[in-house]
Amino acid sequence: MRTTPRPSRSPEGKNLVASARSHSLTQQHAAPLWVFSALWSGRPVTLHRDHETTRTPAQELQEKGREMENGVGKGDVPDDANEHCPGTQSEEAGKADACAGCPNQQICATAPKGPDPDVVAIVERLATVKHKLLVLSGKGGVGKSTFSAQLSFALAEMDHQVGLLDIDICGPSIPKMLGLEGQDIHQSNLGWSPVYVESNLGVMSIGFMLPDPDDAVIWRGPRKNGLIKQFLKDVDWGEIDYLVVDAPPGTSDEHISIVQYLQATGIDGAIIVTTPQQVSLIDVRKEINFCKKVGVPVLGVVENMSGLRQPLSDLRFVKSDGAGETDATEWALNYIKEKAPELLSVMACSEVFDSSKGGAEKMCHEMGVPFLGKVPMDPQLCKASEEGRSCFADQKCSASAPALQNIVKKLIKTE
Amino acid sequence: MENGGGGKGKGDVPDDANEYCPGTQSETAGKADACAGCPNQQICSTAPKGPDPDVVAIVERLATVKHKLLVLSGKGGVGKSTFSAQLSFALAEMDHQVGLLDIDICGPSIPKMLGLEGQDIHQSNLGWLPVYVESNLGVMSIGFMLRNPDDAVIWRGPRKNGLIKQFLKDVDWGGIDYLGVDAPPGTSDEHISIVQYLQATGINGTIIVTTPQQVSLIDVRKEINFCKKVGVPVLGVVENMSGLRQPLSDLRFVKPGEAGETDVTEWALNYIKEKAPELLSVMACSEVFDSSKGGAEKMCHEMGVPFLGKLCKAAEEGRSCFADQRCSASAPALQSIVKKLIKTK
Repeated sequence: MRTTPRPSRSPEGKNLVASARSHSLTQQHAAPLWVFSALWSGRPVTLHRDHETTRTPAQELQEKGREMENGVGKGDVPDDANEHCPGTQSEEAGKADACAGCPNQQICATAPKGPDPDVVAIVERLATVKHKLLVLSGKGGVGKSTFSAQLSFALAEMDHQVGLLDIDICGPSIPKMLGLEGQDIHQSNLGWSPVYVESNLGVMSIGFMLPDPDDAVIWRGPRKNGLIKQFLKDVDWGEIDYLVVDAPPGTSDEHISIVQYLQATGIDGAIIVTTPQQVSLIDVRKEINFCKKVGVPVLGVVENMSGLRQPLSDLRFVKSDGAGETDATEWALNYIKEKAPELLSVMACSEVFDSSKGGAEKMCHEMGVPFLGKVPMDPQLCKASEEGRSCFADQKCSASAPALQNIVKKLIKTE
Repeated sequence: MENGGGGKGKGDVPDDANEYCPGTQSETAGKADACAGCPNQQICSTAPKGPDPDVVAIVERLATVKHKLLVLSGKGGVGKSTFSAQLSFALAEMDHQVGLLDIDICGPSIPKMLGLEGQDIHQSNLGWLPVYVESNLGVMSIGFMLRNPDDAVIWRGPRKNGLIKQFLKDVDWGGIDYLGVDAPPGTSDEHISIVQYLQATGINGTIIVTTPQQVSLIDVRKEINFCKKVGVPVLGVVENMSGLRQPLSDLRFVKPGEAGETDVTEWALNYIKEKAPELLSVMACSEVFDSSKGGAEKMCHEMGVPFLGKLCKAAEEGRSCFADQRCSASAPALQSIVKKLIKTK
């Protein structure tokens, strides 16, 4: 059977075929079969979406906007379904009159329906988890994993039982940040055992499952969802007070799935991490709207990398002239000690990311979500993350640890 | 794990397929003996097979594009979009015809970075028109299609792939010298798709951006292996945020005290002017991200890919780094990286 359309006789027919192909956003290559049969028979064709042959890109997106909830709402209505589709999960799926000619008809009529039994298993498994927190961000590289790791350390130090689940499948950072590289996952008859940093802090990540840490995980959405489901179903967390879930940036498969799977068991809320830059705040606003749309409470926003602060003596100095650059650190420090010794007792602050437009605090005020606090950019915190240490364990992270401690206290209070 | 790469190699073999699955693209898919009882049997026997006609359309459309460059990173927030934007500005200033395609569907940063927020996409009979920053620099992003910039784009993989396909098929770039493609972080749907769709028309190579941190380098190694696996040449790695550099006069100063902190910036600057004026001619450098383990340069050496150079914090907010005198720290480094890239073309 040909999959490419036969040339249509009428010019209108030609247009419809062309637009049917361009508007088809499913994995199918050609327009639905019923379009062609209708054209040949001379019947007027009503595309299930709209009747215009040309739409502006913005209009196309608005159309899709109607289905944005499809991933999380009730009754999946696929893109290429007929009008009046009863929904793929309905009793009549594939059998209703409206289904005649729909490309999904056979699948709907034969596929199993009803609630996903895996979700039932997840609810059972997570019944022993008191609080579930998601750590999200629209933007990448703002410090979600660093924050998740330090939050877990902080909660564990307060003598809570803590679990940390890393659902970033393509770029799992958690094993590194907790000093657990090279560890394996063991199984018991109760399920998969998390990898324990301390007796009350267990961790799970795909990072533990890669034979070679440099192996790329080149998976499309459905496969990632499958693993996330397995993490929720099969990992034996035991009885824990807090399950912290570290998500990748964005609002795609992982995020839709984690909300879908956890919704039955209840999500306490999401903590959103950002930096002060406008480019981050744009994405974070989207993330806040995602949470509102899917009904996850936003416990608050953390502004990370909120300025760099270090003693003047920690800086390097370079002098540039026509020939290039020379390191002038030693000269500069001696010069300061000699001529301006009082400078050695001050802290030098740089605003690495421009927050002149108000930063995250102003955005929280505008969007009606709590602002949890600012964490300065602290090279010592970066080092602690690289080495898998808690920033609260010693006094080195003097710039960032107090700020983080405050934020954790605020979170516990709201719980 | 290669299965997710679907389309490369011969025949997709789904996870739950029977043993001896002939592959979903095979002639006997769904009909072979081995297919009996396989959950995908019905889909395989009824779904259309053969090469994707959209890929043919993409090849035609991109025939007028001389060079296609991907900007990738395993890690988020390292400066891919910033680098893509500045690279496009640089190439445009060298009088090339440039296109910049943003395939980050969930978090499109390019409109902001080029100062094009609020712009719309117009259509002509030739297709969708890119939004032009300058007469020789056109941009396409989902950011231009959102009614409200705060709207979250909550799409699963297949839908994102569909839009990326549409960007490649329907956008009328015209005859351009360079098409830069800014990807989101990771090695998932968008990356698999862009490689699949562009492979027929030829990808010149990819530039990988990272920061010096080990946590970034772990993800970047994965990205380099992704490129090797899918056969995309790695033109080089750029180490961004390689230290923060600014004149002393740009710093703020605070004095920690018992009552809290006091801002002493004015006092400090006057003190310096009076007692140690030579300090005003030096640049203060901070290493924000620890690169004591060798950073990106060492990683490139280990993985056998070219190292293009280091960048300090680059400009944002719609300005070309070269047009602005404030980016005195990063513009020369960026310029030399761009020159290296052009040479390898």
